[in-house]
Amino acid sequence: MFTELSSKLENVFRKLGGRSTINEKNIQDALRDVRVALLEADVHYKVVKEFIDKATTLALGQEVLHSVSPAQQLIKIIHDELVATLGGENAPIQFSGLPSVVMIVGLQGSGKTTLSGKLANYLRKKGRDPMLVAADVYRPAAADQLRVLGQSLDILTYTPQEAGSNDPVKICRDAIDYARQHSKDTVILDTAGRLHIDDALMQELEHIKAQTSPAEILFVADGMTGQDAVNTAKEFATRINFDGVVLTKLDGDARGGAALSIRSITGKPIKFIGTGEKMEAIEEFHPERMASRILGMGDIVSLVEKAQETIDLEKAKELEEKFRKNEFTLEDFADQLKQIKKLGSLESILGMIPGIGNKIKNLNIDDKVMIHMAAIISSMTKSERAKPQILDGKRRLRIARGSGTSVQEVNRLLKQFDDMKKMMKKMGKMNPNDLMKMMPFGKM
Amino acid sequence: MSILDKLKQRLVKTRENIFGRIAGILQSGAKIDETTLEKIEEILITADLGVSTTQKIVQSLQQRFKKEKPEKPELLFHMLEEEMEKLIVPIEGVHVEKKMDGVTPFVILIVGVNGTGKTTTIGKLAHRYTQQGKKILLAAGDTFRAAAGGQLEIWAQRSSVEIVRQKEGADPAALVFDALASAKAKQSDVVLIDTAGRLHTKVNLMEELKKIYRVIQKQIPEAPHETLLVLDGTTGQNAIQQAKQFSQAVKITGLVLTKLDGTAKGGVVLAIQQELKIPVYYIGIGEGIDDLEEFHAHDFVQAIVE
Repeated sequence: MFTELSSKLENVFRKLGGRSTINEKNIQDALRDVRVALLEADVHYKVVKEFIDKATTLALGQEVLHSVSPAQQLIKIIHDELVATLGGENAPIQFSGLPSVVMIVGLQGSGKTTLSGKLANYLRKKGRDPMLVAADVYRPAAADQLRVLGQSLDILTYTPQEAGSNDPVKICRDAIDYARQHSKDTVILDTAGRLHIDDALMQELEHIKAQTSPAEILFVADGMTGQDAVNTAKEFATRINFDGVVLTKLDGDARGGAALSIRSITGKPIKFIGTGEKMEAIEEFHPERMASRILGMGDIVSLVEKAQETIDLEKAKELEEKFRKNEFTLEDFADQLKQIKKLGSLESILGMIPGIGNKIKNLNIDDKVMIHMAAIISSMTKSERAKPQILDGKRRLRIARGSGTSVQEVNRLLKQFDDMKKMMKKMGKMNPNDLMKMMPFGKM
Repeated sequence: MSILDKLKQRLVKTRENIFGRIAGILQSGAKIDETTLEKIEEILITADLGVSTTQKIVQSLQQRFKKEKPEKPELLFHMLEEEMEKLIVPIEGVHVEKKMDGVTPFVILIVGVNGTGKTTTIGKLAHRYTQQGKKILLAAGDTFRAAAGGQLEIWAQRSSVEIVRQKEGADPAALVFDALASAKAKQSDVVLIDTAGRLHTKVNLMEELKKIYRVIQKQIPEAPHETLLVLDGTTGQNAIQQAKQFSQAVKITGLVLTKLDGTAKGGVVLAIQQELKIPVYYIGIGEGIDDLEEFHAHDFVQAIVE
C-alpha cells in the first residue's frame, strides 16, 4: 500500500546503513527525505517545516545509541515525535448532562451523516441509548439519509419533519426535549456541511452550540484532505472550539497527513477514524498506527524498540569506552553475544528491516554459531578471558571439550577476537553494531 | 459578485503583499535567491501541487530566470503562471458541450470517490444543459447510499428534468440499462448517469463500475460519450491515485473539480494532468444550481499564485 514511501525510507537506510557513526550532514540528508515523505502524505507545508526543525534538534541533541544502527535510531526519533505530536494519550469522548449532546460538524462531503450513524451504533454498544438528529436542512434528502440509517440501526431519529421546522437551531433545541421524553441519554446532532468561510452558516453552528451546550463537539475531516486541512480546522476551532476530530475514509490508500496538520494546528485530539461505509466501520484513534501510516514504515519501529529494551545502554557506553582504550576483553565479547541473543533469532531481526526481509532467504544465517561462541567463552577461566594470550594448545583443547566444540572453532573465535581488537585499535571508535558485522553469521 | 471577481479582489491584495516582500531581491543577479524560491515552493505545495510537480515548475522557473533576468517581481510571477499553465492539458478538439450536437442520446457517466459532489454536479449539469435547450434524463445509479436517489430527485425537480430511479439496493447496472432504453424511447438529448461513491481501492466496487460501463455500451455502442471523474478540490495527493485507479477501470475523458469556493486550490489536478493527460472540464464553486463554471487554465493558475 505504501510502497512508494517504504522504498524511500529504505533509501534513507541505505545511505546511512553503512555508517558506523552519524553526523549532522547524514541527519539532514535523511530528514530531507522524511520531509518529502511528509509532504507527499499531505501534511501541511508549515507543519512539516516545524516538525523537521524539531526532529533535527532532537536527532542532533540525542546521543545516538551505539547498540542500534544510527539509521534505525533516527527513524525511531522521527516516529516517536510523530506519535507525540499526534497525541500520545487516548482521548475518550465526553458525556455530561441528560441527555448528553454530541455535535457533529465539518465540510460538505467529509462524511458527517455516515459518521453520525456509526457513532450512534458505537455508543449503543458501549451501553448508551442514543438518538440521531438531522439538522441538515440544506442538502437535498440529507434528513432522509439519516432517517434511513437510523431505521437500519433501529435508532430513534429526529428530523425536520418531526420538528415541523426548517430552522436548524430550533430543530436541535427541540430535539433535546424530544430525547428526554423518549428517555434517551445521548443526542447526536448531524449538522449540515459548510465551508469554514461561510460566515452565516458558521454563525448558525455557534447558535446551535449555545442553545444545546454539547458535551462533545466532533470535527469530521476527510482523511484524503490536502493542504487546506489547516485552514478549515483552524477556522472551525476558532469559531466552534470543537473537542475532538474524526478522520474519515481511511479505508482507502490515503496516507492521512491531514491528521498531523489538524492536530498540530488546533491541538485537539483525534478521537475516531472512519474505515468504511458499514455502520461498524469506526475505530478509536491510535497515534502509533497513524504515525506509521503517514511515514509508511512498517515494522522498523518495533525492531528499534526491541533493541532498546534488550540492549543495556550503560553497558553499551562502557563498551564504547573500552573500545577506545583498547581494553575490550573476551568477557565483553561474551556480553555482547548475550545481548544479541536477547533480540531473538538473527533471521527474525534482519527480517524486520525494510529491504532486507525478502533477501534474507539466501543468507543462511546460523544462530548456532553464536551459541557456540558464547559456550567457548564461558568455558574459559577468568584469567583466560582477561588474557587470551595465555591460551596454549592444552588450554584450547580443554575449552573445546568443555564447550562441546572443536579446537578449530576455538581458534577461529580467538582469531576473530584478535582481528576485532586490531580493527578497534585502528578505528578507535568502533561501535558494537559493527562488531556484529564482523562475526561469522554464516556467509553474510 | 462572481466568485472570480471575489477571487481577483483577494488576488490584488495578496499579490501586493508577496511583491512587497520580494521586491528588491530580484536585482541581486542571475539567480533567484533562496527566500524567494522557498516562498514559491510554499505557494505551490500549499496549493496541493505535490513535491515533484512543484520541483518541476521551480526548476523551469530557475532556468527561465537565468535567461530572461526579470527585473520586477510581477514578471517573475508571470513566469510562474506561465510555467504552470504549460502543465495544463488543453481541451482538445471541442468542449464536451459542443460534442453533444447531433449525438442523441449523449451519455455522460459520472464517477468518483465518496463525498466529492457527484450528485450535486449532476444537478448543476442538468440545469446547465437544460438552459442550452437540451432534453435531459437523469439516471439515479447510486442505489447504495441512503437517500441518494432522493437527493437526485430533488435536483431533477429543480430543473424539471426526467429521472429514472429505483429502490435502494437495486442493481445499478440494470437501472442504467433501463434508463438508456427510456432515453432512446423518449428521445432525450443528454443522459447523466449518477453512480455510487466508491473508494478506488475497493476492487469489487470498481468491478461493479466496469459492469455499468459494459451495460451502457450494450445499449449504445458509442456510449458513454464522456466519463467524468469528479474530484474534491480539497483532496491532496491521493487524488492522483483516484484518477489512476478510476482510469484503469473505465476510460475517464474529463475531470470536474469541486469545492473550489473555499480556500483549497485543487493544485493536484496539475499532477494528474501531467500523468494522465485528462483535461478538466468544469469547476464547482458552491451549492447553488448555477455554481458550476467551465475550467479556465489561466484563472486557475492565477488563483494558485494569489
